[in-house]
Amino acid sequence: MIQVKRRNSFYRIITLSAAFLLTLTTSLFAQDTAGDAVAGEALFKSNCGACHKLYKPMTGPALYNVVEKYDGDYEWLYKWIKNSQALIKSGDARAVQVYEENGKKVMNAFPALSNADIDNILAYTNTPQPAPPEKTIVEGEAVGGGVSNNIILGVLALVFVLLVAVLFLVNNTLKKFATAQGIEVEEPTKRTPIWKAFVQNQFLVLVTSILLLLGSAYFAYGALMSVGVEQGYAPIQPIHYSHRIHAGENAIECKYCHSSARVSKHSGIPSLNVCMNCHKSIAEVAGDGDYASVTEDYSKEFYDGEIQKLYKAVGWDPATQSYTGETQPVEWVRIHNLPDFAYFNHSQHVTVAGIECQKCHGPVEEMEVMYQYAPLTMGWCINCHRETNVKIEGNPYYEKIHEQLSEKYGVEQLTAAQMGGLECGKCHY
Amino acid sequence: MSSNKKYWKSDDQLHGNPAVEALSQNEFVQEIPTDEFLGDKKTLDSTETTRRDFLKYVGFSTAAASLAACEGPVKKSIPYVVQPEQIVPGVADYYATTMADGFDFASVLIKTREGRPIKVENNNLAKGGFGANARVHASVLSLYDMKRATSPLANGQEVSWDDIDQGIINALNGGKKAVLLTQTFASPTTDKLIAEFTAKFPNASHITYDAVGEQDALDAFELKYGRRALADYDFSKAEVIVSVGADFLGDWQGGGYDSGYGKSRVPKNGRMSRHIQFEANMSLSGANADKRVPTTPSQQKLVVQALAGGSASGLPENIKTAVAFAKKKLAEAGSKGVVVTGVQDVATQRIVLDLNANSEVMDTANPKLTRSGDARKVAQLVKDMNAGQIGLLITAGVNPAYSLPNADEFVAGLGKVAVSVACSMKVDETAVKMTHVAPAPHYLESWRDVQIKQGEISLMQPTIRPLFDTRQFQDNLLKWMGSDQPYYEYMKSTMQAAGVTSFNKAVQDGVVYTDAFAKAAPSSQEDSSLTADAGLAVDTLQGDGNFELTLYTKTSMGDGSQANNPWLQEMPDPITRATWDNYLTMSEADAKELGLWLDRSTFFTEARHDANGGLNGRYAEVTVDGVSVVVPVMVQPGQANGTVGLALGYGKKEAIQEDMQTGVNAYPLMQGFKNTQKVSVKKANEDVHEFALIQLHNTLMGRGDIVRETTLEIFNTKDKHYWNPVPEVTKNHIEYEVTSPEVDLWDSFDRSIGHHFNLSIDMNACTGCGACVIACHSENNVPVVGKSEVRRSRDMHWLRIDRYYSSEDTFQLDDTKKNDFSGLGGDNGSLGGFSEMEDPAANPQIAFQPVMCQHCNHAPCETVCPVAATSHSRQGQNHMAYNRCVGTRYCANNCPYKVRRFNWFLYNGNDEFDYHMNNDLGRMVLNPDVTVRSRGVIEKCSMCIQMTQKTILDAKREGRQIKDGEFATACSNACTSGALVFGDVNDEQSEVKKLSQDDRMYHLLEHVGTKPNVFYHAIVRNTEEA
Repeated sequence: MIQVKRRNSFYRIITLSAAFLLTLTTSLFAQDTAGDAVAGEALFKSNCGACHKLYKPMTGPALYNVVEKYDGDYEWLYKWIKNSQALIKSGDARAVQVYEENGKKVMNAFPALSNADIDNILAYTNTPQPAPPEKTIVEGEAVGGGVSNNIILGVLALVFVLLVAVLFLVNNTLKKFATAQGIEVEEPTKRTPIWKAFVQNQFLVLVTSILLLLGSAYFAYGALMSVGVEQGYAPIQPIHYSHRIHAGENAIECKYCHSSARVSKHSGIPSLNVCMNCHKSIAEVAGDGDYASVTEDYSKEFYDGEIQKLYKAVGWDPATQSYTGETQPVEWVRIHNLPDFAYFNHSQHVTVAGIECQKCHGPVEEMEVMYQYAPLTMGWCINCHRETNVKIEGNPYYEKIHEQLSEKYGVEQLTAAQMGGLECGKCHY
Repeated sequence: MSSNKKYWKSDDQLHGNPAVEALSQNEFVQEIPTDEFLGDKKTLDSTETTRRDFLKYVGFSTAAASLAACEGPVKKSIPYVVQPEQIVPGVADYYATTMADGFDFASVLIKTREGRPIKVENNNLAKGGFGANARVHASVLSLYDMKRATSPLANGQEVSWDDIDQGIINALNGGKKAVLLTQTFASPTTDKLIAEFTAKFPNASHITYDAVGEQDALDAFELKYGRRALADYDFSKAEVIVSVGADFLGDWQGGGYDSGYGKSRVPKNGRMSRHIQFEANMSLSGANADKRVPTTPSQQKLVVQALAGGSASGLPENIKTAVAFAKKKLAEAGSKGVVVTGVQDVATQRIVLDLNANSEVMDTANPKLTRSGDARKVAQLVKDMNAGQIGLLITAGVNPAYSLPNADEFVAGLGKVAVSVACSMKVDETAVKMTHVAPAPHYLESWRDVQIKQGEISLMQPTIRPLFDTRQFQDNLLKWMGSDQPYYEYMKSTMQAAGVTSFNKAVQDGVVYTDAFAKAAPSSQEDSSLTADAGLAVDTLQGDGNFELTLYTKTSMGDGSQANNPWLQEMPDPITRATWDNYLTMSEADAKELGLWLDRSTFFTEARHDANGGLNGRYAEVTVDGVSVVVPVMVQPGQANGTVGLALGYGKKEAIQEDMQTGVNAYPLMQGFKNTQKVSVKKANEDVHEFALIQLHNTLMGRGDIVRETTLEIFNTKDKHYWNPVPEVTKNHIEYEVTSPEVDLWDSFDRSIGHHFNLSIDMNACTGCGACVIACHSENNVPVVGKSEVRRSRDMHWLRIDRYYSSEDTFQLDDTKKNDFSGLGGDNGSLGGFSEMEDPAANPQIAFQPVMCQHCNHAPCETVCPVAATSHSRQGQNHMAYNRCVGTRYCANNCPYKVRRFNWFLYNGNDEFDYHMNNDLGRMVLNPDVTVRSRGVIEKCSMCIQMTQKTILDAKREGRQIKDGEFATACSNACTSGALVFGDVNDEQSEVKKLSQDDRMYHLLEHVGTKPNVFYHAIVRNTEEA
C-alpha cells in the first residue's frame, strides 16, 4: 500500500514538474508575441486585482485567457482597458455587449498604462491554473509524528516492567540459594505499621488535620471565588472567525473593525458590511505560498466554507457579484460579559487613556479561537487603576486637575486611582 | 389521701366495648388502607423504589439542577447586517421633533439609543413651543404602549390596508355626507390637505374637536380679531398678574407658561411680579400666587366685570377688597399688568381681551393655535348622525365616545353611520364601536408640521420605524384622494413652496420661523353665526344644585389620552399629592356639612387615616342634569366653599391595562362643553375609599429649617441674617455658625480640586409642575410600584416635590404661633398648639419644595452602612453601589431627608407589577446606561452621575475644558422655569457658583450639619401684609 502511495506521489511530482515546464513554455511563447508575464503579474496585482481574478469572477469577470476570448484583438483590448466607457460611448458593438453582459458595471479607466504594460498584463492572464497541491505526504508525516511519542513511552514502560520482574526473579533466586546453602536470612523485626504509629501520635494527627483543613479551605475559597469568572471562555461561534489571520497575519488594526471602541462604551461587533469591505474581493483564504493561512487543524476548505457563511448571512451572491437582499444576521456568542451593574466604557480606555487592546484582551493576534483573556473581576480592574498612570499628554482637560492633584499627592504622575478611578460610583450606577 | 374513684369517658368505656379496647391499643380501629391510595398491594410489593431510594433521587436531581445552574447563560450579540451610518452602538443620537396630540404641544428633542427613543428633552431653539410638561416627558413611554392598535381592523377582524381603503373610497363616492372629526392639528400642511380633500369630495366636511376645549376664549378672540386662535402671554414681562379662574401654570389654554412666569418671579433688583389669583379649585397657579382668593365660578364672572370697571356689588366683602386691590395694582403696572381668565363665557373672555388691549404681556398678533375645536359643530354632528344623515365618519386623534358629555348619543348615532373609521393609536372607546380601525402611529413615528404659535413652525419627524402596521392620518387622506404621494413628500413640497428653503435644516432644528403660514385677519367675520353670547347658549351655572363644579385637568393625566402610561398614573398630583386616582375636591366646611368628613383616627371610628398613614375618603354622588357619578371625596384646603372640583381624563375602560383603569370618568358632567357646572352633591354611601398619597404630612408646623420664606419688603430692606440666618450652635460659650468647621463632628474633605457638583433649587421659580419628576423616572429607570404599594409609602420616586400648606393663613403666622408657645398646656401650650398646626388653614399658603438626595458632604447614610455600599466622591456626589447593598436599610433610617428608596420587590419582569417593565415593548424605554435595580437594595438620586460622567468623558476625548452649562441632570434639563440649576461650583464663573453665594441660599435642615450639595433659595412673596 505504502509503496503504491509513494509511486502515486512520484507520478504527481512528475506531472507537476511537467506542468511547471509547460507554464514556462507558454510564458515563453507569450513573451515572444506580447509581453512579460512576471512584470504583468505585478501590474495585474496593483491595477486589476481589486476587481478581477484569473480563474474566478469577482467584481469583474475572470480574466484567464482573455486574449483568446477576444480573438487576440490587442488593439480593441488596449482601447477597452485604457477607457472602456469611451469605447462604449463610441458605439463599439462588442464593447456595448461586454458592458451589458457584465451587469453594466463601470470599469475604471487606466489611461496611464502603456500598450507594453497591457501586453505584460495580458501575458500574465494567459497563465494556466496550477494543479492543486499534494496532500497525502503531509498526512503521512503527521501520523508518524503522533505515534512515535507513544511508542517510546510504551517501550520505556515495558522496560520498566521487565526490570521489576528481573529484580523479583533475582531476589527469589538468591533466597533459594540461601536456603539451599543454609545461610540464615535475617527476618525483619516486627515493627508497628507506620499508619498505626501515625494514628497513635495525637499531635501529628492534629497538625495534619489542621493543614488539611487549611488546604481544602484554600482550594474551596479559590473555587468559590471563580464562580462567575469566565476567564478562558472560548465559545464556538456561528462563523469560525480567526483573529489570528485578520489581526495577526494580515495585521489589520483592531479598531478598523471595532471602530466604535474609539467613541462608545461598546467596542462593537462589526456589522457585516464592514466584513464585506474586504471580503467582497476575498472569497477564499490563501492556501499555499508565503501567505498561507491554513493550519494543521483548519484546512483551506474549512476557511473558505466559513467565508461562504458570511456571504450567506450578508446576502452576497459571489457568482453574480451582487447582493440578493436576503440577509441573515449572525448571532455571535458574546464572550466578554460584564454584569449589568458595572459600567465600562471602551472609549475612555482606548481613546483617552490610549491603552492597547491587548492589555485586557490578550494576544488576540495569535488567537485562532477568540477567548476571554482577562478575568474581568473587580479586583483586576482596580489593580490596573492603581498601577496605571493617567495619560495627560496633549489633553487640556487634565491640565488643571492634574497640576493640583499631583501637587497634593506630591507625585509627578497620577495613577487612575488618585484621579478618582476607585470611587464606587465611577463604575456602578 | 388519693381517691380511687373510677373515671370514664363514655358509656362504652365503662362497659368494656371491644372497640374501645382496640382503640386503647392502636390509634385506629382498623388498619389504614394504604394500598388503596398507594396502588394495589401487588404493585406495592413488586416495586423496588423504597423510601430511601426516593430520597436519593430527590437529592440527586436537586444537586444536578443546582450544578447545571452554575453554568452561566450563553448571551448572544447580534450586530447589524448593514449598520446605519449615524448609529454607533452605545452612543445616543438626538432628533428634534414635536409633540402635538391635540392637547399637548411642545417642541422637543428625542434621545435615541440604538434606534430606540428613550427620553424627551426640551428643544432650546423653540420659543412658542418651548417647555415640555410632565405629560410630554412621559409621552415616550406611550410609544411603547402594549395596548396600541397593531393592524387595520374591519368589524373587529384584521384586514389589509387595501380593504380599508376600498371601503372608504366607496363610502366617499357614495354621495352621503362624510365628516372628518379630528383633533386640533395646528398643522398648515394638514389644513391644506384637508381643504384639498373636502374640495375633491364636496360631500365631505371637516370638524375639529378638542376634548377639553377653549370654546369661549376662541369665540371671543374670533369676535375681536377675526381668527380662531388664542392670545399668547409672555409673563416674563408682567409686573402684575391677575388671574380669575385661569390655571395658566396648568393646562389653561394649552399651558406652557411656566418659563415666562418663573422669570418674573425671581426677585431681581428688588422687584418681582405680583400674582393675584381668584379661583375655586386649589390649582398650581393659585398655589404659586402671592394672594389667592377662593372664589366660586359664578363670582369669578362678577370679579372680571368689576375689574373692568363694573359694579362689585353681589360679591362678598373679602373678594370686594381683593378686587379693589387688584384693580389698583393693575392700574399702577399699566402696560405691564395682565388679566387672564378661565371663566367659561364669551362675554367675560371678551372683557379680558379688552382689558389687556394695552398690555405688553398679551400677544394677539402672533396668537397660539393649539386649540381650534368648535363644540357647536360637534353637537350638530351628533344630531346629524342620529338623524341618519351621515354616511361616513372618519375620526383622527379624538375619542368622542369617551370624552363627549353626550357620549351615549354619539354611540347611538354611530350605529346609523354606514362606514366609520377611527384613525386612532388605540382601539379605544370610539374605535371599538366603529366599523373600521386604521391604526395611527405615535408622534415619534410620524411626519407633520405644527404651528404652535403663529410664525413658528415646529416639525415632527419619526425617530423610530413604525412599531406596528400603522399609517398616519395625512397619508390616509392622500391615499383616499387617489394620490400615491407620501405625506412626507407632500409636506416637504408644501413647505418649500411656502419659502422654507432649507427643509433639512428645519427638520434638524425642529423649528423654523416663517410667516408664510400666517393667516391675515379677514376683513369680515368668518362665521356670521358668531355673536357675542354665542357659546352654546347655555349658562351651566344656572339651574338646580347646591354646588358649583369646576372640571379640571391634572398635571399628570391631562385629557386622559395617555391614561395607559404608568409613569403618569403614579405621578403625584402637585397639590393633593394623590396618585392613581381622581376625586372630588371639597372644602372642609362643606364636607362636614354633607357628612363626608372623616375624623382624625380614633380607636372606635372609621378614620381619615389607616394605621400606615394611608388617607381615606367618603364617596359622594355628583349629579348634573340627571347624569350622576359617584366619586371619592378629598378635602382640599383652599377650595372655595360651595364649590367642588373633579379631574377629567380618568375612568377609561378600553385599550387600557387593568391596573391603569383608575378613577371615574368626569366627561359626562361636562354638559354644554363647559368646565363649570351647577351640580348637586350628596353623600353616596357609607363606604370608605382608599387614596394613595405620596406625602402624608400636610403642614410644616412652623419648621423654618425646611421651607424658608419672607416677603419682598423684608427681603429688600432687612439684612440676610434677619430673614435667612444660618443656625448657630455654642461651643465653649462661643456661638458658631453650624457650617463652621469648628463645630463639625467630621473632618472636612478637600473637594476644591476637579469638579464639585451642586444643584440649586429656587423655590420662587419652582411652580411645582412635576416635569422633573417624570424626566427623572425616564432617565433613571425608576420603577412604578402601583397604587397599593404607594399607599404603603413604598413609592420609588427619586425626586419628589413636597407641597406644604401653612396652618395659619401664611407661613409667617405659623412661625409666630410656634415661637409663641409657652409651656405644655394652656392657651399657648405646645401640646394642643402643635396638633392645631397639623391641620392646614382654610385658605393656606402653599410652598413647593423639590427634594431629592441632598448629596451631603457629611452624609449620615454613609457612616451607618455596614457594607460600605454608599460612599462619597470627590465630585460631591453620594454614590450608591447597588451590587454591594445588602438591604439593611440603616441608611434610609439615618437619612434626615428621607430620600432613600428600598426595592421591596422585583419590579421588572414581575407579573405582580404589570407595568411597562413587565413587557418587552415597555422595557424598550429603559436607559441602558443605568442599572435596573433588583429586589432588596436601596436606591436614590445619583445626581445623574451617568450624565456628568458622560460630559467629562466627552471633554476628555475631545481634549478640552468643560464650559459652564455643559453639566446637567435630568431634572435640571427638564426644568423650564429656571428653578433647577446644576453645575460645578469649583468653576468660579459658573452660574451655580453665583447662586450658591446668593443671599437667599440655604440648605435643607442646615442645623443637622450634613453640608449638602443641594441648596435652596428661600421663597420671597410679593405681599404687602406681614
